[in-house]
Order: sequence, then structure tokens, then C-alpha cells
Amino acid sequence: MARFAKKGKRGVPGINTGSMSDIIFMFLFFFMVITTIRESSLLVKIKVPQATEVAKLERKSLVSFIYVGQPIDQKYGTESRIQLNNAFASIKDIREFITREREARDEVDRPLLTTSLKVDEETRMGIVTDIKQELRQVSAFKINYSTRKGSVVKQ
Amino acid sequence: MAREIPQLNTGSMADISFLLLTFFLLTSSIDTDMGIIRKLPPPPDPNQENVDVKKRNVFNVLVNKYDGLLVQGRPMDITQLRVAAKEFLANPYDREDLPEKKVENIPGLGEVKVSKGVISLKNDRGTSYRMYVAVQNELTAAINELRDELSQQRFGRKFAQLTNEEQINAIQKAIPVAISEAEPENVGGGK
Repeated sequence: MARFAKKGKRGVPGINTGSMSDIIFMFLFFFMVITTIRESSLLVKIKVPQATEVAKLERKSLVSFIYVGQPIDQKYGTESRIQLNNAFASIKDIREFITREREARDEVDRPLLTTSLKVDEETRMGIVTDIKQELRQVSAFKINYSTRKGSVVKQ
Repeated sequence: MAREIPQLNTGSMADISFLLLTFFLLTSSIDTDMGIIRKLPPPPDPNQENVDVKKRNVFNVLVNKYDGLLVQGRPMDITQLRVAAKEFLANPYDREDLPEKKVENIPGLGEVKVSKGVISLKNDRGTSYRMYVAVQNELTAAINELRDELSQQRFGRKFAQLTNEEQINAIQKAIPVAISEAEPENVGGGK
């Protein structure tokens, strides 16, 4: 059957990889949209407590974080410390921190600014109370106690 | 004949985008921040006189430095706090020792009895943050459950599933987040 005679060598045709990059780009954009860039590296150990009645923070760009916990590096001691941006701070620095956070935002958005307290569950309330008092002084009333989802009652 | 422009080699394009993808995967975090949202009261006004609140309208919650819970003068386990707070705020049988109610006209709901009850939360400087959040969580849960019940009864769906702005506001007005935190004082000593 000459009509079905083989023409040349038979081989597996190569897969067209032209659209591969498009797919990967799609992935990339997907991840870029749903994630946020980690702003500061943590200097303190934080394991936030569990809670059931959690609400999601709506606009991430309008949230400023205050971290409280034991320093990861032992040379800074074992007492709970406050971390603002990328450095340890004291209670007095919170005022300036909030003012600066406000100035970085649009005028319209300033009243919506939320302060999220990321506090380790082993921390004593004293330091948290001090922070709250300081926030009240600078009229940063909207706060969020950062938590994980989970049951409160101890097993 | 015009000379053909040679095709660009796009084979490495995928590699480049893979590289970008891994870079973003490593530097970003997906964790959406969740938590209990609260509003702090403005700093106390020195000129303002103390407002007298009737004893029956206050639900005292104290947490000491050993994470012990004292509710209305009696020790209580955290597991019972939700039910106790709910009963206090709702006062379903109009008991004399539970808070008064004020009839208010709320648009979208009509006349509703709004509880005058306030939960007063006081903690020690030595209380652990875990316990504090647990208490806050239980109190929030009590309010949320009450809101859910009212919303279910009036609008046929849970509070969190309401989409109408007016309905949300109405429920929030009918059952406000009445949690007041006392000015801090160092009761139990220690840090």
C-alpha cells in the first residue's frame, strides 16, 4: 500500500511549550494579588492566642502592627519586648510610630487606621495595658487583638 | 524577497517567570490577619464626673494574675462565662437583679427593648494574654450569639450573613458591644 507508506522517520512530536510561560505568569499574578509582602522580619517570638469569634481585617494597607513577645535572640533577655517596624522599641516610641503611620496614609484613610496587636500568648497583660493606654493618648482607638482560629477552652 | 525576521527564542521565558514566581512565593505571606476587633475609649476627661450606673446594670468580670476568673463576685470557669454573659445581656425573664431595658425605636426593627447592661472587664497586670483574649472572646461570642438570634428572628438569617447596611446597623444598635474596660490599676502586684 504505497499510499500509507512511511515518509521519513517517525518520532514523538515535541510538546509546544510556548504557552507555558503564560501559565506561569498567570500563577505569578495570582500570587501577587492574594499575598502581601512581609514588611518586617520578626525579632520576637510570637504565637498568637486562639479565639473563635474572629473577624478578618478588611484593608491590609490600613493596618499597622505592634509586635510583643520574648526576643528570639537570647542576648536581649527573656522579658517580653515591643517591636515596631524592624527594631525593638519602648512604650514611649509608640506615639511617634502611630504619628508616622498616620502621615504615611492618605488624609481620607487616616481615621480608618487600625492597630493590630500581635502579642504572644505567654505575655503578661501589663505591657499590653501600657500599649493600650498609649494608643488611647494618641487617639488610635481602633485595635485588633490578633488571634488564630481555634477553641479557647483548654484541653 | 524580503528577508524574514528570525523568531525570538521564548524557551527561557518560562524559566524566568518561574524564577519570579518562586521569589514572590518566598517573600510574601498569605496569612490574612484575623482577630478580635475592639474600639478603645477616649482618654478619661478629668472634668467629667463619674456617671452612676446602677448595680444591676453592671456585669463585673475580674481576671487575676493567676488567670482566675471572678464573675459578679463568684469564681467561675471560663466555659460558663459565655452563658452567664448572654443571660445577663438578654435578661429574658425581666428579672429584678438583671439589667433594665429601654424601649428604643430603631429604623428597620421598630420598637426594641435595648438592654442597659454593661460588662465591666478588669484584669491584672499579671494576667496572661491568652486568658485575656479568651475572656474577650467569650464575651464577644455572647454578643454575637445574641445578635445572631435577633437577626434570625427578624430577618431570617444570621448576623454575619446580612448584606443590607440598614439591617446591620439596626442589629448593632439593638445589641451594642457593651464591654467597658476599667482604668488599669495594679491589684495583684507584679509586672
